[in-house]
Amino acid sequence: MREGTCGVKPDMSVNIAGVELKNPVMTASGTFGSGMEYSEFVDLNHLGAVVTKGVANKPWEGNPTPRVAEVYGGMLNAIGLQNPGIDVFIERDLAFLKQFDTKVIVNVCGHTEEEYLEVVERLADETVDMLEINVSCPNVKQGAIQFGQDPKCLTDITAKVKRIAKQPVIMKLTPNVTDIAEMARAAEAGGADAISLINTITGMKIDIEKRSFVLANKTGGLSGPAIKPVAVRMVWQAAQAVKIPIIGMGGIASAEDAVEFMLAGASAVAVGAMNFHDPCLTQKVVDGMEQYLLRHNIHTVRELTGAVQ
Amino acid sequence: MKKKTTMTVTDIRSLAEGVFSMKLRYPEGDLPEEVKPGQFAGLYPNDPSKLLPRPISICRWDPDTGELQFVFRVAGAGTASLAAQKPGDSVDMLGILGNGYDLEKLSGKRVLLLGGGIGIPPMVELAAALAGRPGTGVTAVMGYRNSDLFLTQELERYGNLLIATEDGSVGTKGNVLDAVREASVRADAVCACGPMPMLRAVKKFAREQGIPAYISLEERMACGVGACLGCVTKTVKTDSHSHVRNARICTEGPVFDAEEVEI
Repeated sequence: MREGTCGVKPDMSVNIAGVELKNPVMTASGTFGSGMEYSEFVDLNHLGAVVTKGVANKPWEGNPTPRVAEVYGGMLNAIGLQNPGIDVFIERDLAFLKQFDTKVIVNVCGHTEEEYLEVVERLADETVDMLEINVSCPNVKQGAIQFGQDPKCLTDITAKVKRIAKQPVIMKLTPNVTDIAEMARAAEAGGADAISLINTITGMKIDIEKRSFVLANKTGGLSGPAIKPVAVRMVWQAAQAVKIPIIGMGGIASAEDAVEFMLAGASAVAVGAMNFHDPCLTQKVVDGMEQYLLRHNIHTVRELTGAVQ
Repeated sequence: MKKKTTMTVTDIRSLAEGVFSMKLRYPEGDLPEEVKPGQFAGLYPNDPSKLLPRPISICRWDPDTGELQFVFRVAGAGTASLAAQKPGDSVDMLGILGNGYDLEKLSGKRVLLLGGGIGIPPMVELAAALAGRPGTGVTAVMGYRNSDLFLTQELERYGNLLIATEDGSVGTKGNVLDAVREASVRADAVCACGPMPMLRAVKKFAREQGIPAYISLEERMACGVGACLGCVTKTVKTDSHSHVRNARICTEGPVFDAEEVEI
């Protein structure tokens, strides 16, 4: 790492697949809606990108309640990708996000290949900077994670999305696999412009007094600080395996956590469940990363990527 | 505007077994513009292993002192850590959340307030708000497990109070609707907060009486601000936000017209 001049404002910008972000801090899909609810707490203009909650071709009802449960150092969720469908999303959510000087990354979900492709096609002419393809949700019975757990399927769906997508494509990977490096390579082989990881880790909570499952869905996705060491390890393994940029996430609760992901090999990071703990966290992570760079006399945040020794 | 605020504990006491009252004061000059009866706040346990705010309804709001009173039951480690706070301690709070009761719809009417267990606290702020409205009558019928009552003096101040207990040790033996029927209470509208079986019975009762029922719902919550879609309830019609038959309890609720939700 080059040593910088003390006190000079560091360069926080990063470039992901040709898209220039003012800083590497994004929101993790599903934890930030489409930004509207959190715009009361955070100036969205200060974020590198807003990653929206997953959207499908049609409205999805999602799972029965209870959909969330707290666990030690984290939470389980089984929302089931409830969303209003692409029509309302374009008309309302994208229109809202257009007002802000931040990049917009739309998370796309589907039960079948056709459903994914329909959404990708619908977004072709919209003001969207990147697509994130959710092939890793553990909470829907059909589709989603199945595409993300078999390397051949992952390469195949990536290639099909790439063929029609007008924006750079990020494949969001699930940690619920034996070999994350293999999955990262599979996405790259399909032509992915970037990968993001990790989605939630499948978990379960049982109420021992009632002797019943806490979540109506029985299983749910674990997120929060409890999963951070797993996520950092997987980002590092993926970074060893592929050349495309990695967006790292999983339990980020501070700027220090974000720096850790960058050092492991991420080019950008996303704040997820901890938005629920502190609705202003994204902004604090941006500010804190800048302070870290100043403290260590580092010129650009990009120098952190993969700099672990 | 919603925000996360570091509040100061000014008073904490046990009101009944496992039921605590906690007063939290806003920092000077940082008061919310409005606090409506039926709204709630998310209280963060002072424990780094716990991420999520606990949704707790507002029992009283005093704009003069800048104090909110919460009355809650200790249900787990999170609420236990809140109950262990001392005056002078800090508690982080996300507020003010939810829609609250629409007082305009209740003004000038005979309003029946029904509270069951830990659904009783929000009825105090509602009773106080309604009592100040001309021509508005308040009858509060509160249901407890046993003679370990709480908030009865506060409720008596704003209207007629009837009590039901499961064990029959005070008032009517049975639930709140048993007490309503026993006293032949007449009302033009019902507001209720309590466990789901009670709310289902209230919905049925209001339908039989041909009067509206406004019920406050509870669900496991994560963000508290409408982003995560964790705390939804089934609605009769397609909800205007979700575009499916789910409404967010934290945002469109927690108070719903009973006829608009499937419970």
